[in-house]
Amino acid sequence: MGNVIDTAGLVKRFGATIALDGLDLHVPPGEVHGFLGPNGAGKSTTIRVLLGLLRRDAGDVQLFGEDPWRATAELHRRLAYVPGDVTLWPNLTGGEVIDLLGRLRGGLDEGRRRRLVEEFELDTTKRGRSYSKGNRQKVALVAALASDVELLLLDEPTSGLDPLMETVFHRHIDEFRAEGHTVLLSSHILGEVEKLCDRVSIIRAGRCVESGTLAELRHLTRTSVDAHLVSPATALATLPGVHDLELEGTRARFQVDTEQLDGAVAVLSGCGIRTLTCTPPTLEELFLRHYGDLVPVVEAPA
Amino acid sequence: MRVPGSLTGTGLLLRHQLRRDVWIVLAWTVGATALYVSQAVSVAGLYRNQAEFDRAAALMSHNTAFVAMAGPARALNTLGGQVTWQASAFGCILAGLMSMFLLGRHTRADEEKGRDELVRSTAVGRYAPMTSALLVTMIADLVLGIGVAAGLIAYPLAVPDSLALGAGLTLAGWFFAATALVAMQLTATSRSAYGLAGAVIGLAYVLRAVGDVGRPALSWVSPIGWYQAMHPFSGLRWWPALLLLAGAAVAVAAAYAVFARRDIGSGVLATRPGPARGTLRGPLGLAWRLQRGAVIAWSAGLFLTGLAYGSIGKDVRSLIGDSRATREMFLQSGGDIVDAFYATAFYLLAILGVGFAISSALRARSEELDGHLEALLATGLSRTRWLLAQVAVTVTGTVLALGAAGLGMGLGYAMVTGDAGRIGPWLLAALTYVAPVLVLAAVARLLYGIGPRLGTLAWLALAFCAVVMLFAQVLRFPAWVQELSPFHHLAMVPAEDFRWWPFVALLLVAAVVSAAGQLAFRRRDAG
Repeated sequence: MGNVIDTAGLVKRFGATIALDGLDLHVPPGEVHGFLGPNGAGKSTTIRVLLGLLRRDAGDVQLFGEDPWRATAELHRRLAYVPGDVTLWPNLTGGEVIDLLGRLRGGLDEGRRRRLVEEFELDTTKRGRSYSKGNRQKVALVAALASDVELLLLDEPTSGLDPLMETVFHRHIDEFRAEGHTVLLSSHILGEVEKLCDRVSIIRAGRCVESGTLAELRHLTRTSVDAHLVSPATALATLPGVHDLELEGTRARFQVDTEQLDGAVAVLSGCGIRTLTCTPPTLEELFLRHYGDLVPVVEAPA
Repeated sequence: MRVPGSLTGTGLLLRHQLRRDVWIVLAWTVGATALYVSQAVSVAGLYRNQAEFDRAAALMSHNTAFVAMAGPARALNTLGGQVTWQASAFGCILAGLMSMFLLGRHTRADEEKGRDELVRSTAVGRYAPMTSALLVTMIADLVLGIGVAAGLIAYPLAVPDSLALGAGLTLAGWFFAATALVAMQLTATSRSAYGLAGAVIGLAYVLRAVGDVGRPALSWVSPIGWYQAMHPFSGLRWWPALLLLAGAAVAVAAAYAVFARRDIGSGVLATRPGPARGTLRGPLGLAWRLQRGAVIAWSAGLFLTGLAYGSIGKDVRSLIGDSRATREMFLQSGGDIVDAFYATAFYLLAILGVGFAISSALRARSEELDGHLEALLATGLSRTRWLLAQVAVTVTGTVLALGAAGLGMGLGYAMVTGDAGRIGPWLLAALTYVAPVLVLAAVARLLYGIGPRLGTLAWLALAFCAVVMLFAQVLRFPAWVQELSPFHHLAMVPAEDFRWWPFVALLLVAAVVSAAGQLAFRRRDAG
């Protein structure tokens, strides 16, 4: 079975602004895919092209192997979408909106709807205008999660939720994945992505700059090491791949390219290790590497 | 207002809001000035000599339906008297609507969308946003009044009376701005606040209508009645203007008092909880639910307007009298003068009906701009089905609204004359206008299909058709200009016999233009 989402060289322009500049994104079935990037990187534009709301200017897009611009309605029966900025009709209650969107999508799972409303502690009798941002988001989340679909497109779905509700959300995403379904989760909450996602794609200025499992991405970056030793590890200074070395007597703190970790640990153990802390790079560091311009940008693997 | 600091930032906000509004205010001013001056122009062309004018005036002043529609009949045998009579009530409605929309867009609408919160988080006083909104509206009303007064003085009509018509209009605008300000405090959404403020304007109009016909006391509780009590061009007096000013002051004080006690973002009238489960089945149910209120309100309004026209009954004959120019105007194709009058009335009601049809067609636009469309199209709903549901509601609503107008006219006529035989034929006559009205709705659909922001240009098409209806004969427009109006091609039932082919052709045009809108909509970015 092919990928659920496939884009190749996707370009979308708004007048003179280039929102997507040759974006490649591949999401196989059964995976929760993190879609990372700061505001304005093109995350929402990508999702709206995937939904067939925007028409691509160049490149290829396939959703379940079909063109979302042509087979829009058929494809939409197989997916649910939660926008980052949910607007509800001011006069319709949350319950009415959930049922309407569910019917339009081809039916809701009644049991799941009841459970979601309960777990998200949503008052479905309130009118759209009286909901807070978080509650509007819950309405959209319940409508999406209660429908019988294979793919969730989520555009910063938790930006208005409190931590308790985030936990509820995470549990439901895990359940959804356990059923073999697929999620594209756009976010800039890195902790959430680390917790939920199997693979991530990082985009910058409309291009995908990195894509892979967290382990793969970590492999491309540096591990932080903090060691107390028996004797000073002066040999580290000449070892390739070691950066920001600080030697204070028998204590050594440094960053090392993950490929060179083995060599560095060998040097350390030669000096006699008392304590050793190795911290794998956080997603934050991966992210900053592409956006903070602290480290030279590595070109995306083709 | 008690603390000086509570008005901090009013000046800055005022400048910002004026910049946003300058074109809107100019458009309303041109419209209102045209309303007043065009009465002078059209009346001046109607009568050959003063004797004929006197006779027509005497007849008009005895027609209760006309008095109910326009106001107390005073000095109708003078140009100034005619202008006052025919324009002042509608001028008040214009000023009231402008005040309501301007005020609403800077108060409740901003509050509803959260812009107000953003502004309030800066160093502005608690009362600054509403104070600057009120000042903007008052300035706009002042411009409106100056435009009308200047237009009439330039015509030329007597200076003091022209000034009074302008000044009174400004004050009436201020009054309705003040009552709208109260409405904005009471409800939590701008749609319902507009409904409430609009009802105040409607009530003022109805009170003076009943009052002018037979219960003078009622005219004295209506701001429109106060304006007309200034008697411009018929023994001008200024003191009723003080009533408008005092009324506005009381309403403003009330609005500030309510505002001081309420929370930002909420109204005074609490919103009731609704059903926990939905019964909306699909796009059609949703579109109907969202427009149901508008369809009912427009149908009721057109029904009542039709009823007012119908209740003129056979008085039409004495009203038009022996003024040849008027007779010619109504009797282009020969036949009965009563039928000719009602044919014109249907035309007018149909033009009003276009107001519903275009706003209904543009509901799709606000659905898209408010971000609701995105959520809908992300479900299994196709663009085509969504837009077709919108079309279905526009068509149904147009049929209902025009049908209500025809029914009202027939019932009004039957009530006055005892002749119920016209109810059926007039209902059908009103329905023939569904075709040209839908052509204009289709134009709105096409513009929206090309780009949501273009949609509002459709109102220009309505303005064009109204200008052709009112002025094509007086100003002798070239034939091709008149033919651009879809209304021009329809048989003027009941003065003329119904003809199938223009009706069917117009429906086809509407269908083709609407389909073109569908195609354009399917090809562009949405949401």
